[in-house]
Amino acid sequence: MSDSDAKKSLKFIEIIPVILKYIVLVLALLFILVPIVIIIFGGLKTRGEFYTTPYMPPIPPKWGNIIKILNMPIFWYMMRNSIVVTLASTAGVVIVSSMSAFVFARIDFKGKGSLFQFFTLGLMFPATVAILPIFLIVRQLGLQNNLISVILVLTTFQISMSTVILRNFFMEIPSELQDAAMIDGCTTIGFFWRILLPLAKPSLAAVASLAVVNTWNDLLVTLVLIDKERLWTLQLGVMQFQGQYGQDLSLVSAFLILAAIPAVIFYIFAQRHIVSGLTAGSIKG
Amino acid sequence: MVTIETLKKRKSRRFSSDRIKVFLFLIPAAVLLLVFLVIPIFQCLYYSLFNWNGMGPAEDFIGIINYKKIISDNVFLRALGNTFAIVGLSLFVQLPLALFLAIMIGRGIKGRAFYRTVFFLPYVLSETITAVMWRILYNPDPSRGFINAVFQAFGWKMQDWLGNMNLVLFSIFIVLTWKYIGFHMLLYITGLQNIPRDVEEAALIDGVNKRQMLTYITLPLLGGTIRTSAYLSVLGSLQVYAIVWIMTKGGPVNASEVLSTYMYRFSFVRFQLGYGAAVAIVMLIISLIFSVTYMSITRRTEHIA
Repeated sequence: MSDSDAKKSLKFIEIIPVILKYIVLVLALLFILVPIVIIIFGGLKTRGEFYTTPYMPPIPPKWGNIIKILNMPIFWYMMRNSIVVTLASTAGVVIVSSMSAFVFARIDFKGKGSLFQFFTLGLMFPATVAILPIFLIVRQLGLQNNLISVILVLTTFQISMSTVILRNFFMEIPSELQDAAMIDGCTTIGFFWRILLPLAKPSLAAVASLAVVNTWNDLLVTLVLIDKERLWTLQLGVMQFQGQYGQDLSLVSAFLILAAIPAVIFYIFAQRHIVSGLTAGSIKG
Repeated sequence: MVTIETLKKRKSRRFSSDRIKVFLFLIPAAVLLLVFLVIPIFQCLYYSLFNWNGMGPAEDFIGIINYKKIISDNVFLRALGNTFAIVGLSLFVQLPLALFLAIMIGRGIKGRAFYRTVFFLPYVLSETITAVMWRILYNPDPSRGFINAVFQAFGWKMQDWLGNMNLVLFSIFIVLTWKYIGFHMLLYITGLQNIPRDVEEAALIDGVNKRQMLTYITLPLLGGTIRTSAYLSVLGSLQVYAIVWIMTKGGPVNASEVLSTYMYRFSFVRFQLGYGAAVAIVMLIISLIFSVTYMSITRRTEHIA
């Protein structure tokens, strides 16, 4: 074997893992993307096309199903409810958690450790597990069929994670800064409001983005607390819609597309914040 | 003379008085947690001792009979078994797969951001959308369900993915993997990025080969991340609800029943709230045991390390 032959075969051996790597990656990509693409194809076809050529790209796309759904008043109620619930819960989570995180990050007092444990209870008991107790208390408070109850519950179950994330961020801000502010006559609350929060903007964005995703995607809390159709959120709508129009799969697919669009748009713009919130929450917490 | 020290003291006295005000900062969160988490759980514990359909006050006190019924109900045992099966599959199939992909992507591949964006996309889509989507894909008729169309095209035996009692849990696990593998991958990629470069470089200089690097350096340094991801995966698996409920309602014949669907059925479909409350308490206890075990284990290993 000549020298160059040996080199060539060596190169070939080195290349095999690289090829394998790309094969695995491509398969994994197909596994994630193909289901989404198939549904998008389906939603842009007529009902007839869906059954004759179910997996072909819709050329030209038929917007009939999409338009039909956009013309349903109930769709817009759902959209509005989802937006209201998401915005209100997110605001609630950010306000409430940044306040409690501030105390845990910046102020020393007796029993801080055990109080902090109490504030992280929500990490151990996710809303799914506690849904029946929640239903009972909301019924006692007379808040069924009221989006306020959904907002309060969704806020509550994100306090723990958000407090942990924000506390970690707040602790990184040097205490000299606080001392300096105090000497300049700043109160503790003034320090929190005028110095800490502006500095912590990235972490607030992370916590807020995470809250948007979690709230927007909730099904169970809304399902249990709301049965008035006008108060349904999009997730609840998706579930009911597939029960009602289960036979017309192209219409259901179109509904899926429309229901997913807000989340996807948000993802495109806030990906960085979502990712930093998730990794901060799980790796440092 | 007014020194900085006396100034500081004066400020700190004022500071301590407004410190008390700061405690008010804890009130909103504390109230929410009390009203929507702590008090409800104790109430639930109370109701679990009654035979109660949710109408009127609970009067028919039956002690721990609900709990006895739960333990002897075969459907509950099935739900428990299925839940643990999902936990096991997630830990031993989904997470290793995610780690494998993360290591591949983490090692300087072109277009890393693209892969990350794609793999993480399902995490952002809701479980509801995911479930309805996969219900369509799993449709047994190959002219409607894509999966069977693929099987038909390859000449493989088509399956009734959600209708076959032996297959349904596996089919659901595929969907859970689709939805959550990107999340765990993301955690691992971040963990890998946090491993200091010089450690790996030093090892390379010492003549460590790729496999040794992985088993003796990369994986041990990734230990903390793997533990966290395992914890979140178990906690998530214990509360799987929307995907199962929408795709199968726990069927066929309870073959895909999990703890949360079992609890939901008794509480909100059959309105046996006393019994449902007892199931909820059992679920809470399982989560609690798991969390406490996890914390004591990680604390111990952190002491060693």
